[in-house]
Amino acid sequence: MYLEVGNNKTYIATGSKEHVDGNSTMTFVHGTGMDHTVWTLASRHFARRGLNIVAVDLPAHGRSEGELIPTIEGMADWVIKALDAAEQESTIVVGHSMGSLVAFDVAARYPDRVTALAMVGTSMPMPVGNLLLDNAEKDNHLAKEMLNYWSHSPSAHLGGSQVPGIWMLGKLIRLLERSGPGVIYNDLLACEKYTEGLSRSKNIQMPTLLILGEDDFMTPIKDAKVLAESIANSRTVLIPNCGHAIVSEAPNDMLDALVTLV
Amino acid sequence: MAKVKTFDFDTLANHAGQRPDSETGARAVPIYQTASYVFKDSDAGAAIFNIERGGHVYSRISNPTNAVLEERISALEGGVGAIATASGQAAVFMAIATLMDSGGHIVSSQSLYGGTHNLMEYTFPRFGITTTFVDSNDMDAFRAAIKPETRLIFGETVGNPRAEVFDIPVVSKIAHEHKIPLMIDSTFTTPYLMKPFDFGADIVVHSATKFLSGHGTVMGGLIVDGGIFDWESSNKFPQMTEKYEGFHNLSFTEEFGPAAYISRVRNEGARDFGACISPHTSFLILNGIETLSIRMDKHISNTKEVVQYLDKNDMVEWVSHPDLEDHPNHELAKSLLPRGSTAVFSFGIKGGRKVGQTFIDRLELFSNLANVGDAKSLVIHPASTTHQRMTVEALEAAGISEGLIRLSVGIESVNDLIEDLEKGFKAAAQIS
Repeated sequence: MYLEVGNNKTYIATGSKEHVDGNSTMTFVHGTGMDHTVWTLASRHFARRGLNIVAVDLPAHGRSEGELIPTIEGMADWVIKALDAAEQESTIVVGHSMGSLVAFDVAARYPDRVTALAMVGTSMPMPVGNLLLDNAEKDNHLAKEMLNYWSHSPSAHLGGSQVPGIWMLGKLIRLLERSGPGVIYNDLLACEKYTEGLSRSKNIQMPTLLILGEDDFMTPIKDAKVLAESIANSRTVLIPNCGHAIVSEAPNDMLDALVTLV
Repeated sequence: MAKVKTFDFDTLANHAGQRPDSETGARAVPIYQTASYVFKDSDAGAAIFNIERGGHVYSRISNPTNAVLEERISALEGGVGAIATASGQAAVFMAIATLMDSGGHIVSSQSLYGGTHNLMEYTFPRFGITTTFVDSNDMDAFRAAIKPETRLIFGETVGNPRAEVFDIPVVSKIAHEHKIPLMIDSTFTTPYLMKPFDFGADIVVHSATKFLSGHGTVMGGLIVDGGIFDWESSNKFPQMTEKYEGFHNLSFTEEFGPAAYISRVRNEGARDFGACISPHTSFLILNGIETLSIRMDKHISNTKEVVQYLDKNDMVEWVSHPDLEDHPNHELAKSLLPRGSTAVFSFGIKGGRKVGQTFIDRLELFSNLANVGDAKSLVIHPASTTHQRMTVEALEAAGISEGLIRLSVGIESVNDLIEDLEKGFKAAAQIS
């Protein structure tokens, strides 16, 4: 459905179900250059279980209008505004990759709005290589190819999708190709610059789940461990033979993990 | 500029879509000969039914063996996903029916497989879907044929039987200017010779019965979604963009983004039309695809020699193959099909139908049958067989004369093939 957030037309996916007053809320935040469609399976699942789903398209992503937000903190503030517009008070917040930093920042700075946190394919800090950043700055297609390549585990480069008939590498590159000029660079730079995160971990007291791919090259699990250890009430689920694109490589495993938060 | 190294064609042709079976370690793709799948529990069953989890419910909708084939063809074509069907004809029907409502209109090349022509000319009109057939070399004709209700342009990479090369870059531009997709039947070329998505096609269909399986043993079809066409800005496809009551008001573009079309094909077409492929058939097609590049190279090299032989033969009136400089699409073929254009082409024998029949009946290695793309060489007289339901005018428009003979050159010894043709011409000469 569409909402007005900061005078901009904003899209949130609801898992094909209308929100019901009084129901709990689950918020999903996508990664770099992506949109709400990476959460379609999970959104539909938790909507059927009676949660109000807010799977956002961040400004200038997917179907949402507005200006790109250059910082993770700014995106987190915007998520709170989107929740206000959707009339959802407290929420479980789930994020993937860049979205995991946004989810973390929402939880750290607006703890009274967050009942549980899930970070999928995450690390902190989340540095970005110069080659990728340079190509993203020039809006070279190569940047999207790099993201696609490094997001998938070696085995996923030969397929084996849990969703029948979907070629994962083909689907992700098409999704990234839909992002407008400057979007990838904006998002990558926001990740690169988010260096204050670990100092905010002490604010995260709610149940927290890290869902990590064993073969993640973008946010290696050794960096995620630092983050996990910094959060008092955290658990980690490690998915074997899975890369950074957990949302497409292992949607069933991710769902099994997320269910434990509800 | 740096490049991202992805797997090459031959590696994908042998591996894409499959991870070795985790239970048994089976290296070959297992044949999951089952109609249904036991759910882990009731909620997991409900979740798969409601597209919350990946998985299989019923083999009409999806099957693990079929899914490997679907991923493999997607990988080879550069698409987002695919669905395998009971035949190439089922693929063409399902791919088109997914996009069309009663009142819809298609603009199609007139150089078509006879079955596709029949579907568009006679069957679809019974459901209110009409087609305008145009010369595939006449770009103005494509433009002129487009109406407000046009929902699709259709063509074959290389036409049947005169081997017209479809100008995908130009026609896709025309289609997209009118916010309609271009669907390409890529049966004759396979992704080894050409990837239509690279040139602007939006949807690719195959008869996997032909070169993909390659041995004349199965019936199968494939639909591949390029994931590029913008259904929403087109504003012509409520099937893709509006809520679908048949699936609890699911909007395919909203929920599946680049995979909207193939998701609709699976969740409507596979479910309602029912033309599912057998997993055993998928297994055989997968085996065929593993050797696709090797076979296609041999098909093409043999064809080059056969074409040269025919072109110099006094009993041959004409040869229609893009390798020849007098073919209208010679230059286009060099641009779009640098590895070779096709092993299926036609020639005209002097003396007409009776001489042609004598020629065909004398052949031993070339089998007289209604198929193409077999490892074995094939021959047929289209005017009396594959295209016999077409009117005289339609045959003429498609360039199918009484003396036209279609060859599908196989991978046998080319010397033996030419010797076989030589025997046919000698027999034909005795009655002409």
